Amino acid sequence: MIRSEILRDIAPILRDHLVVCNIGLPSQELHMIDDQPTNFYMLGTMGLSSSIGLGVALAQDKTVISIDGDGSVLTNLGTLPTIANNVADNYILLIIDNGSYGSTGDQPTYAGKKTKLENVASACGCENVVTCDAKDTGKALQAAIDSKKMTVIVSKCESGNIKLPVITMDPVVIRDRFMKSVQA
Amino acid sequence: MSINTRIVDDFVANGIEFVTTVPCKQLAGVIDEIEAREEIYHIPSNKEDEGMGLCAGAFMGGKRPAIIMQNTAIGVTINTLATLTQFYRMPLPMLISYRGELREPVACQVEMAVHTKALLQQMLIPTYHFHKESDAEELDAILKYTFMCNKPVAILTDASFWGGYGDQ
Repeated sequence: MIRSEILRDIAPILRDHLVVCNIGLPSQELHMIDDQPTNFYMLGTMGLSSSIGLGVALAQDKTVISIDGDGSVLTNLGTLPTIANNVADNYILLIIDNGSYGSTGDQPTYAGKKTKLENVASACGCENVVTCDAKDTGKALQAAIDSKKMTVIVSKCESGNIKLPVITMDPVVIRDRFMKSVQA
Repeated sequence: MSINTRIVDDFVANGIEFVTTVPCKQLAGVIDEIEAREEIYHIPSNKEDEGMGLCAGAFMGGKRPAIIMQNTAIGVTINTLATLTQFYRMPLPMLISYRGELREPVACQVEMAVHTKALLQQMLIPTYHFHKESDAEELDAILKYTFMCNKPVAILTDASFWGGYGDQ
């Protein structure tokens, strides 16, 4: 399975929750598969999906899912200790780990080599770290939501992309409808 | 009333409930004050761009944020300011220690000080410079302005404002 297949698989679960989605292809894929006002698409700023999602989770009570990639987590590795030390039980970090920088041409990441992000998350103090195969992502995600415990999921999948258009929605529209969903 | 108490009082009076910090020696007192206040959730960041991500999230989650950091962070956060805070039009008061100004003992700090205002100007970030303690009288108005216009706004606070570096 590749990332877009995981997103297609978990879209019915994501639909009911606030989602902060990583820059580039992940946001474009989610936008194409199931655009929702509860989705905050990152159009820039690689690495900050987990931080933005944690901020949303700490500020209000609804469940927040940050969809991130292994490359983006490596870009902002300092996020894992911050997450571990600021527990928000309405927060789930879903790292789709395909071992590559998908949006830029599938260059390998260190997570696809010796570095195991699940071990890094645990070493940083994250208490609920789940590793799963791509096909089990929906099950792991639903279990994390139901547990009402802050969870980091590392979903291992194959590298690969589909062709799709960029998001042309205005960033302020994305932000505004997301904020209205938070308040609803 | 100490200047630290006064600054944080203005934060609280303007509804700021979520503050991220990356430390600087000059900011130690104000960070202690942030940590002590029940009205404020204090979340230390490991890097300032991470902090701006947290603040963006907190704002969208319904809480007014602020970041406290050193001016060297301007070099770290240009991309985040442009593609997140400004692109999505989000407010962000940035209380910044302006290292490398008069009374600075560390030469290397001057190397970023000389770029600080130029970078902020290039980014079209409204910038205020506190040099004397009485300059802090404008903080309340600056915070209101920030949340009125939904922009990042810089408040540079130099060594003279903080009373120097002691016996160095």
